Amino acid sequence: MQLIFEKSVAGKRGYRNPVSDVGHLAKVPGKYQRQQECGLPEVSELDVVRHFTLLSQQNFSVDTQFYPLGSCTMKYNPKMNERIAQMPAFAGLHPLLPQLKQGEKLTQGALEVLYEMEQLLCEITGMDNFTMQPLAGAHGELTGVMMMAAYHKAKGSKKKYIIIPDSAHGTNPATAAIAGYEIISVASDKNGVMSLEELKRKLTGEVAGLMITCPDTHGIFHSRIDEIARMVHAVDGIMYYDGANLNAALGRFRPGDVGFDVMHINLHKTFSTPHGGGGPGAGPVGVTKKLVPYLPVSRVIKRPDGTFALNYDYPESIGYIASFYGNFGIILRAYAYALLLGKDGLKETTDHAVLNANYLRERLKDRFELAFDRFCMHEAVFSASRQAVRGVHALDIAKFLIDEGIHPPTVYFPLTVKESIMIEPTESESKQTMDHFIDVMLKIDDLSQTQPEAVTNRPRSTPISRPDEVKAARDVNTNYFLNRRSYLVSRIS
Amino acid sequence: MEVVDYNLYTKEHEWVNIEDGIATVGISDYAQEALGDITFVELPKAGDEVEQFEEFASVESVKAANDIFSPISGKVIEVNKNLDSDPGLINRSAYEKGWIAKIKISDPEETSNLMTAEEYLKFLESIG
Amino acid sequence: MASFIANTPADVEEMLKTIGVSSVDELFADIKRSHAPKSFNIPPGKSEFEVTEHLARLAAKNAAGLVPFIGGGYYDHFIPAAVTALISRGEFSTAYTPYQPECSQGTLQALYEYQSAICTLTGMEAANASLYDGGTALYEAAMMAARLTGRHKIIMDGGVSPIYRKILKTYTGNLHYEFQETPVVHGQSDRAQILKLLDDKTAAVILQNPNFFGAIDDHADIVTKAHEQGALLIESVYPVSLGLLKTPGEMDVDIVTGEGQSLGLPLNFGGPYLGIIATRKKFIRAMPGRIVGQTVDKNGKRCFVNTLQAREQHIRREKATSNICTNVSLCAVQSLIYMSLLGKEGLKELAQLNLDKAEFTRQQIEKIPGVQVKRSSPTFNEFTVLLPKDASQVVEAMIAKGFAAGFPLGRYYPGMEKYMIVAVTEKRTKEEILRYVQCLKEVVCS
Repeated sequence: MQLIFEKSVAGKRGYRNPVSDVGHLAKVPGKYQRQQECGLPEVSELDVVRHFTLLSQQNFSVDTQFYPLGSCTMKYNPKMNERIAQMPAFAGLHPLLPQLKQGEKLTQGALEVLYEMEQLLCEITGMDNFTMQPLAGAHGELTGVMMMAAYHKAKGSKKKYIIIPDSAHGTNPATAAIAGYEIISVASDKNGVMSLEELKRKLTGEVAGLMITCPDTHGIFHSRIDEIARMVHAVDGIMYYDGANLNAALGRFRPGDVGFDVMHINLHKTFSTPHGGGGPGAGPVGVTKKLVPYLPVSRVIKRPDGTFALNYDYPESIGYIASFYGNFGIILRAYAYALLLGKDGLKETTDHAVLNANYLRERLKDRFELAFDRFCMHEAVFSASRQAVRGVHALDIAKFLIDEGIHPPTVYFPLTVKESIMIEPTESESKQTMDHFIDVMLKIDDLSQTQPEAVTNRPRSTPISRPDEVKAARDVNTNYFLNRRSYLVSRIS
Repeated sequence: MEVVDYNLYTKEHEWVNIEDGIATVGISDYAQEALGDITFVELPKAGDEVEQFEEFASVESVKAANDIFSPISGKVIEVNKNLDSDPGLINRSAYEKGWIAKIKISDPEETSNLMTAEEYLKFLESIG
Repeated sequence: MASFIANTPADVEEMLKTIGVSSVDELFADIKRSHAPKSFNIPPGKSEFEVTEHLARLAAKNAAGLVPFIGGGYYDHFIPAAVTALISRGEFSTAYTPYQPECSQGTLQALYEYQSAICTLTGMEAANASLYDGGTALYEAAMMAARLTGRHKIIMDGGVSPIYRKILKTYTGNLHYEFQETPVVHGQSDRAQILKLLDDKTAAVILQNPNFFGAIDDHADIVTKAHEQGALLIESVYPVSLGLLKTPGEMDVDIVTGEGQSLGLPLNFGGPYLGIIATRKKFIRAMPGRIVGQTVDKNGKRCFVNTLQAREQHIRREKATSNICTNVSLCAVQSLIYMSLLGKEGLKELAQLNLDKAEFTRQQIEKIPGVQVKRSSPTFNEFTVLLPKDASQVVEAMIAKGFAAGFPLGRYYPGMEKYMIVAVTEKRTKEEILRYVQCLKEVVCS
């Protein structure tokens, strides 16, 4: 498909600005003026509508396809949330209003949403307080680890290490490293969970904390998580709960109850906000009492008279981690979803997410090697090792599924499993959809035995197939204009 | 996979070839195969002082990025500028055209910490 | 009530049978009984109708009807209907990060176009596929400069948004960077002070154009001095102003960041927004976040993929350039749709319209006795006003008259209690402006 810039025709307009009702009064002095012409396209509104509609149709999405992408929780995103987020009195609200004198009065509805969502999250997780500010899960992690550091600093203890299981998402070590910690990795045992024996060996007084996803990226819940918490607390370490998989715990388990001190939640995973092709997200962070003083400012408080306010007066706070109060539009969607589901609905999403994953696991396990042969939580990790011997690798399976109108599961993650295929159906999908997926997977296994070349060399039905990623990284082309070069010389006459 | 007998090797899969106190350094054929098509090499600067087994360069492929550790201490006197435009040289010629840097060595004794080709082959067998 | 569960009770029974358990509870055997929630006191579910009504009631508690003359980096621009319609398509909004290029060319091509649009807008060579927002983008730029130079000292002009500066301080304080602020003199950068602090330990100088007071500048001279010391120059920009203003590229700036909200995104009470970052091609590998590149597929057809991923956290783990996983893809695409609709002429016109409306407002405000408009530097669509009384009280009184009259500077600049900044976008009509000025006169002279 042509680029929007290639559709440009001089003189076309996609939008007409109003005519100035105050006349032409000002000019930017020459020294401060732009000289190089801007290369934005000249296209009609219909050109724009067609271009982006056609582009959108080149995507797979939850709205159009089964999307069992492990570790990403591609659940249905209710349309109700979108309409609520577009309400003008929310969408049009300027973030500086509550910072004006008496300005809180102007944003009581928005502050109430933030406050009430915090309360809900506290009850759901067993934490004592939340900040809604972090703009995504990784941002939440950094916020949490900075609070961890502030806690140790306040106690005067110098600690160097953060322990992370080898099955963790890459963000955990990246976050800890950016916050200035060195990483100690602990391997998984034969059951697929972090080894307590190895943890015991590596746990010293220099350990600032432990970051763990629970259930982990193998889709397994660590049944000895309370012992881990006790061990880490014994060296005054902080227990960090990576809430990436909280969707498998609602109503079944609360991190705060078993000794976690700090956690983040990816609202898109547990509370159905749309993934947007990679954001925007939101990563609220919860803490128990010992970390509350370090929460970022501002904090939303409820006054005795029932009104809401922003408070900045927390001397031990780590400070400002975001410009305002979080990705409000995303938090609003998550809040609406939580209200809609309520107590039973939330628990039901977890139960069905786990039921669906186990159903898939059971139906596929005779043909695809299970990484760990036991019940799973919300996702099941397989290995395509048997198929790989026949020349059909995890990547081939992924690409074949595309031709069948199914988004591939996550492949080659977790890193701890060779040829891994990680399947997460989510609670939104029906048995009928999963049965169809299972049929396709079994067909792939059949073909891998009889006709492997029918599986490899895919996809065939998509606009493009098997891009040359080596070329992309060697001959870096990330900007249409740089490779046209003409914009560098074109000048306003 | 090739291991040439005129080089010494490290456990991190670097090779070094020393002539007249100048060490030519690269990564082994095993390493380039494990990485896949190399897309970028971050070269050290001529003049850098490097320590044995310390990071001094890195290589990227589509799916991985790896640090390269200097097999020997000394001063970088030349880097392989051809890798800037053609990082695939390492894939095509790991031991010849794909060399990374030349180092004026400061301590010839350090070679005792390195493996001969024979030892490296055994090492490769041991790690499967 | 409506938990979007698709399985019927009969399905559930059959699935349990297949798995070989009698109840879902058995699947949770790894969670010990003693780990069951100590409390789970959540209100019962509601219908869609009830939730929508409830949120509409909360929305009504916000003062949405105020006519905004408030900016501070976040502006009330008009958003054409096509932007909202296109970005609401589920194929964009309910897709994931484009890890499988064959079934995500829509997102990938759009992000490549977005990167290109940001480059031509800013005059830079390489942009990423977006960061969270303008504030965090500035922090990422500072980290990037530290990585590129191997230095830890950062000089920040006091004209940079005080909100951004507070964020930077949090990160630099917690993450071991040295951070030096320079004051603002007559609403402009204190060049002498910046040059005095600039040395061979400096990783970066951070400036903003237009600055928080609305002043526009040409920073080329500071850029040259920074480069002489081996330091980088980071500039935070207001994208709409670049329809007219000298670009960071033309000033030879090294890293550009910006808040992209003004490019077709609603104000959203603080987010989601759009973090812009762009740099020189030679620094591309030090730039954080996702980057989309052009390549060809196995049949030689042009296509787009995530590229240079080896720098990112999911591969590089603790050695990644940043811990960021997501960008704000949807917001980036939204801004691209907006920029495509406006086009190069439309954006220029829009910037001129903002400039004219602001100038008209300034001229009217100047007529109010006792009120002074600061004119020490040229401005774009926001400017500083000195009032004869406390600005926060004036703004409070203006709220009662239906206006968000501006942002009082005293909150972030001690000693400037009588100053406020006033922003005027293309949406303010002559009639609104005249009414605003009349009310301001009443408040000030009362």
